[in-house]
Amino acid sequence: MYLFGYRLPGMSSLILWGLLWEILGQMEVSFFLPPLTAIFSTLGEIYNSKAFIRALYETGYSFLAGVFFAVIIGIPTGILMGKNKLLDELLLPWVNTFMSAPLTALVPVLMVLFGFGLKSIIITTTLFAIWIIILNSRAGVMQINRSLVDMANSFGASPIDAFIKIYFWAALPEILGGVRIGFIRAVKGVIIAQLLISIVGFGALFELYSSRFLMTHFWAVIIVLFALAFTLSELLGVLARKVDYYASKRN
Amino acid sequence: MLSRSFFLKILSGALIFGAWEYAGRVGVNYALPTFLESMKALIDMTISGLIFQAYADTLRPLVVGVLISAFIGIGIGVWVGLSEKFDWLISPIFIIMQAAPLAALIPLLIMAYGIGLTSKVFVVCIMAMPVIVLNTSVAVKNTPSSVKEMARSFLGSRKDVILKIIIPSASPVIFAGLRLGVSAGFIGAILAELKITPTGVGDIISYSRMTADYPSMYAAIFSIILLAVIFLNILEKIEDVLFKGNNQGYIS
Amino acid sequence: MSNDQIENAVTVKNVYKNYGDVEALRDLSLEFPKGQLTSLLGPSGCGKTTLLKIIAGLLPATQGEVLVNGQPVNKPGPDRAFVFQDFALMPWASVIRNVAFGLELRGVNKSERESIATKYIKDVGLTGFEHSFPHELSGGMRQRVGLARALSVDSPVLLMDEPFSAVDEQTRRKFQEDLLNLVKNENKTFIFVTHSIEEAVYVSDQVALLLPRPSRVSEIIKPSSFKNKDINSIRKDSEYLDTVERIWKSLRSYVE
Ligand SMILES: Nc1ncnc2c1ncn2[C@@H]1O[C@H](COP(=O)(O)OP(=O)(O)OP(=O)(O)O)[C@@H](O)[C@H]1O
Ligand SMILES: [Mg+2]
Repeated sequence: MYLFGYRLPGMSSLILWGLLWEILGQMEVSFFLPPLTAIFSTLGEIYNSKAFIRALYETGYSFLAGVFFAVIIGIPTGILMGKNKLLDELLLPWVNTFMSAPLTALVPVLMVLFGFGLKSIIITTTLFAIWIIILNSRAGVMQINRSLVDMANSFGASPIDAFIKIYFWAALPEILGGVRIGFIRAVKGVIIAQLLISIVGFGALFELYSSRFLMTHFWAVIIVLFALAFTLSELLGVLARKVDYYASKRN
Repeated sequence: MLSRSFFLKILSGALIFGAWEYAGRVGVNYALPTFLESMKALIDMTISGLIFQAYADTLRPLVVGVLISAFIGIGIGVWVGLSEKFDWLISPIFIIMQAAPLAALIPLLIMAYGIGLTSKVFVVCIMAMPVIVLNTSVAVKNTPSSVKEMARSFLGSRKDVILKIIIPSASPVIFAGLRLGVSAGFIGAILAELKITPTGVGDIISYSRMTADYPSMYAAIFSIILLAVIFLNILEKIEDVLFKGNNQGYIS
Repeated sequence: MSNDQIENAVTVKNVYKNYGDVEALRDLSLEFPKGQLTSLLGPSGCGKTTLLKIIAGLLPATQGEVLVNGQPVNKPGPDRAFVFQDFALMPWASVIRNVAFGLELRGVNKSERESIATKYIKDVGLTGFEHSFPHELSGGMRQRVGLARALSVDSPVLLMDEPFSAVDEQTRRKFQEDLLNLVKNENKTFIFVTHSIEEAVYVSDQVALLLPRPSRVSEIIKPSSFKNKDINSIRKDSEYLDTVERIWKSLRSYVE
């Protein structure tokens, strides 16, 4: 988008939307839409309050633990599936099933099995993230340039060398692509789990603010959450683009 | 003779369900019924018709929400794909929606629209819309410019170019976006039933959890997941037939 | 027998190769004299790559055996190095790491392998590009990286699968001249797959014509008289032109 010959940066229209929000807020169009300035001043008050920091900590902790398991289990599983036909045929139907299943329906099961705490939230997060990581790692390994593998073999590479020096790197662009989408899904998963198990993290905070109709508090938390999620997704996007050329010679 | 892949599918199903049955029998957890108990509960629900009634309730906000998202989403997506100004103005919102945990807005929706159908439809819409808009706009933007120029060189009007070139060439990806939208809509519909008011399948889940009737709870969850997976697989098969496998959407 | 060991670096004896129902090689025997360049020439899909990979030990033969320096082989070994048709460079590694990769897998320590790699990078004319990445190089330069990698492990036998197919005609001619010099100066045995009759005649001491699938050797041609001539006049030599013509005549029947 160009204005008077200048290129407007990608997300700059958000400023316009922010202004609109502020004006509508000032006009008191709706009780549910307080002015942006009021939201930010509330944010200034609550960002170092105990409840907020605790919610942030609990969410961050369950998110990191969730994606940790998703990555640690997902990448090797995907690579093995890409290399072993039998394993692939046994697991792929299940991976595809969970990939398209509405995982929200599983949260009540996790709640009765693992309690109303962080454990259930972590497992939900892992479940949201892991399937796409598996699928992408598998796809990455399956489209490795055959002659790269031959090359390593022709120099007498051991299976471990071939794995560490060839397979992992050659599949890295797809793996990172999967990890990126997995992380974005995990953000959604961790929030959905907290909403349903509403005594932890932001789930508890939302409950508190909405029961007291604290609109600016509510929006302040939402904005922080969305900003964090967006930053995370952009950072991972930058990282994924950095290794794009690893895949440049494929056939 | 059974084909190898069919045999392996059966085997893999048997392994997982067998593991579930075994875990249920040895009593890993008091809240884990066996696979067979759960299936029996599912059959009971099917015979009594309870499950169909539940589906009707669950699917209503889903269908309404997905239809609204499809119309508005494809409309916005095409517009964003065609107009650079509109792209600049609108895209950032959907890019953020795509990355953000929109479920966090549910408490607000409840405050604003109560606990009825409206809120639930809204939940489905906010889940389904972003992926539809983004897939549509990317598909429209990616229409090969040589084909567009061809149409214009044969004196096609702008309307011709849009209807006869851009939409057909974008439709595989748009359709894939719709499928992903439905998938996200399912998540939203069930989330709405569990979080806003228990109706339909969400009601069976919540009620049987409260009464500790775990087989019924697992049966309801099993059946709604099965329903979603089967439905999405059918959509994917339709895509394969319509577009011959040329249907990679942008998952997120 | 002992004579054979001295004269032939590689001997292929009655090799068969089936891919499921597809019979790629049938009873193929061929000898590759030490220190010479042998070309494999034949219609597309006749099994040249298959033969080369069997010699490399990357594929098992269905029947028959391959001797390298008199010893039967069935897996890759340090006595053979492969130059890949599509280069097979690691996109995530710099030129120097790619060239040194064979040595890296053999456990040579970093400083030693890098000094060896630097020498071969210089030999193929890529000095200054040691720390570039493959995607920053042209097709011809990438091919030279693949060549340097094969040379740097100093194997007595070099297996080259259509190594010049991805470069433009000028570069190709330059490479052919370089290859002739390489054969002259290094005491190595070259096995060279190509589709080009002119190229085969130009660079080879011996050209093996392969039949279409199932493949056997139909004819072995040893261009000799022009080998000692000046590189620049070979293409005008009458024996060179006659040989090209003769090979085209025998291959023509398969194309029609
Ligand atoms: N992995 C495989 N599975 C089944 N058939 C194969 C396989 N690899 C090669 N073939 C078959 O074996 C035959 C010989 O293949 P090969 O690649 O050796 O031919 P080539 O002479 O190198 O051909 P080109 O000149 O086109 O490179 C071909 O007909 C091919 O179809
Ligand atoms: Mg070949």
